[in-house]
Amino acid sequence: MTKSRVFWAVVAPTAAIFTSLLFTYIILKIRGVDPIEMFRLMISYGFDPRNLVSELNQTVAYYMAGVAAAIGFKMLLFNIGIDGQYRMGAFFGAVVGAAVSLPPILHVLVIILTAMLAGGAWAAIAGYLKVKRGVSEVISNIMLNFIAAALIAFLLSPSIFGILPEGTQVLQTRSIPTSGRMPTIKAFDGEIYTFLFLAIFVGVAYWIMLNKTVFGFNLRATGLSFRAARSSGVNAPGMIFVTTVLSGAIAGLVGIGTLLSDTHNYSMAFPSGYAFTGLALALLGRNHPVGIFFAAFLWSFLERTAPVLEFEGVPPEIIIVLQGTIVLSIVVAYELVSRINLRQQQRAVGSVSAEVIDKDSKSVKETE
Amino acid sequence: MKSTSTKSKENKFAMRTKVFFRSPARITLFIAGIFFIISFVELLTGATDISSPGTSGATLRLATPLLMAGLGGLWAERAGVINIGLEGMMIVGTWTAAWFGYLHGPYVGILAAAVFGLASGFFHAILTVKIGIDQAVSGLAINLIAAGAARYLSGIFFPPVGGDRTVSPPVESMPKFSIPFVAPFFKSIDEKEIFLISNVSGLIYGVTTDLSVMTVALLLLVPLTSWILWRSKFGLRMRFCGENPMAAESLGINVYRTRYIAISISGMFASLGGAYLAIVASSVYREGQTGGRGFIGLATVIFGNWRPSGVFAGSILFGFTDALRLRQSESVMALIMIVGIASLLLAIFYSVSRNWKLGGTYFGMALFALWVNQRVEVIPQEFVTAFPYFATLIVLTLLAQRLTPPAMVGLPFKRGSE
Repeated sequence: MTKSRVFWAVVAPTAAIFTSLLFTYIILKIRGVDPIEMFRLMISYGFDPRNLVSELNQTVAYYMAGVAAAIGFKMLLFNIGIDGQYRMGAFFGAVVGAAVSLPPILHVLVIILTAMLAGGAWAAIAGYLKVKRGVSEVISNIMLNFIAAALIAFLLSPSIFGILPEGTQVLQTRSIPTSGRMPTIKAFDGEIYTFLFLAIFVGVAYWIMLNKTVFGFNLRATGLSFRAARSSGVNAPGMIFVTTVLSGAIAGLVGIGTLLSDTHNYSMAFPSGYAFTGLALALLGRNHPVGIFFAAFLWSFLERTAPVLEFEGVPPEIIIVLQGTIVLSIVVAYELVSRINLRQQQRAVGSVSAEVIDKDSKSVKETE
Repeated sequence: MKSTSTKSKENKFAMRTKVFFRSPARITLFIAGIFFIISFVELLTGATDISSPGTSGATLRLATPLLMAGLGGLWAERAGVINIGLEGMMIVGTWTAAWFGYLHGPYVGILAAAVFGLASGFFHAILTVKIGIDQAVSGLAINLIAAGAARYLSGIFFPPVGGDRTVSPPVESMPKFSIPFVAPFFKSIDEKEIFLISNVSGLIYGVTTDLSVMTVALLLLVPLTSWILWRSKFGLRMRFCGENPMAAESLGINVYRTRYIAISISGMFASLGGAYLAIVASSVYREGQTGGRGFIGLATVIFGNWRPSGVFAGSILFGFTDALRLRQSESVMALIMIVGIASLLLAIFYSVSRNWKLGGTYFGMALFALWVNQRVEVIPQEFVTAFPYFATLIVLTLLAQRLTPPAMVGLPFKRGSE
């Protein structure tokens, strides 16, 4: 039984990715480009060491978003607020980091903690609304994302936290001093953020927390059945709230790698759209830290290689369509797989109970 | 015991409010009261733009796409399926309307938007109803795919304008008309600048002049939706599927088919809202044109408590703030003053009826408005942009217990399940 489950768990994502590739193949064919040649070009470009470095850095950011979404998913929470939480985290991390002066390592720690606090606090609003007011976290988080964007746009105005350096058009926060920066590892003309190690640590911690602690057990139990967890003494509403905040705190770290190792300030140029990416990666990686990593790499690989398409006259936005298709096919594949599993289980239960009934009727006959 | 007593008190209160609003004379009085406050504040602050014809006209133009997204959301949610893909379906509408409108004229553009919107809604229905995947995932994926596909197709089809392929070629505009006799009559009164009366006339003049045919046609969908939902057999079935699909199925209603139809229409409405943006509000498709309006539409559904008239009121309110933001920033401050005075009156009203909780809340709001009015010079643009989201969050926080969403909205349903 478990063997077939593992089999299907691997088959589903693979099938989904192949479906999406087939879809892209057809689209490229319609466009009049040789798809196989295109895929070959993309792969050779994407695995070029120089590009690998920037892909890895982007993977780390996506990875954090994926882990944040996965924590929510374990509780059946759909944390679409990752976008707002990441913004709050990166912004307040940048502001606090620029405002204080501390010894090197402590400074970095303060920034990271601030980012986690800001992200967690922003998520806490949705958590409160969910637990105390019964508001769907999807709706409240969508609203909170827009509000966060507006709030930060306002706080970035020159009279508050923002500065407009000469020669640029992009408002930004003051730069974080050297003591608050994270070193980078030079490799192939690029620089790998050391935040990578923190991301790995978060992934491991996530796994241990979920599978080896009482808290993780309670979390999974509440996610599987709110009522059962509650009746066995778990503070289920409290768990929902804490999980939301935890997810938000991790989401607050999404932009920290870029902030501490590259830009050293928060600006309007920080990308958006991490919420959907995070959710997609958690779905693709089945909430497992290793799975999420590979999914995150796939995502940043696709984005990095998109310009190759442009050289051949294919608008690179096809990658966005491809990503959306991957997500849809993966979800559909899981749904179909779970139906197959359910049917198998039913059949197994059915055959056992049929035997029992058979025996019963025989024994009844014998006594007669 | 305690909960039932507060509930009955609330019910009594709600009843009294309902009785109050049953008489047309009182409704007129109520609206006149609001106008009196508006005129008074305008006189006081000199921000004359709140009730100017320009603002009311702009409000209508900005509210219509929100209204369509909201009605689209309403159709889907009444049938029990949440449609987060409204934004994507609006993008489908803007793109197809602009492209087919450019090729064959605006009417074909609108028709194309309707057809493709229907298809995008149908796609959402297949995924959520037939296959049964998470409704939020499906909606978000549709948003992503629609945005990506629109950009991809623009890159292929649109002739480059100065190397830029994010804007479509212009679409021929649709005919506009003013309502005869009514518009000129109110215009003449508006120009006389009589306190209160001119303000009301200015507003009426604004919404009766330079109307696009499409605006009127889309506005008619509000009473139509209302009629279908509350008076027709299909509407009853649809609401049944949103409240309790299992019971609906046991009574022989084809839940799947009902949801298929409702969600397809949801997509069509959102797409028509997009078509409006591309053809009436401007004359081109532009990348990022929808600007989160699909999500505001989602917000109006909550704001309007899952009722067509409420969705209409919500979209007018959000369209109005948007119009003020675009026209005159001082007006926003005057608006805050209006909200403050209205809150104060509501606080008194609720205190008299001994509803201390709401009375206190409104009193707090009045104080806050006063504080903003005294302390802040200009309301930052960003806050006005975020107003719809903020208002919805406040409504969800304060009035969550009074909202009556369809009971099974967002939950999966499988044929033959219990």
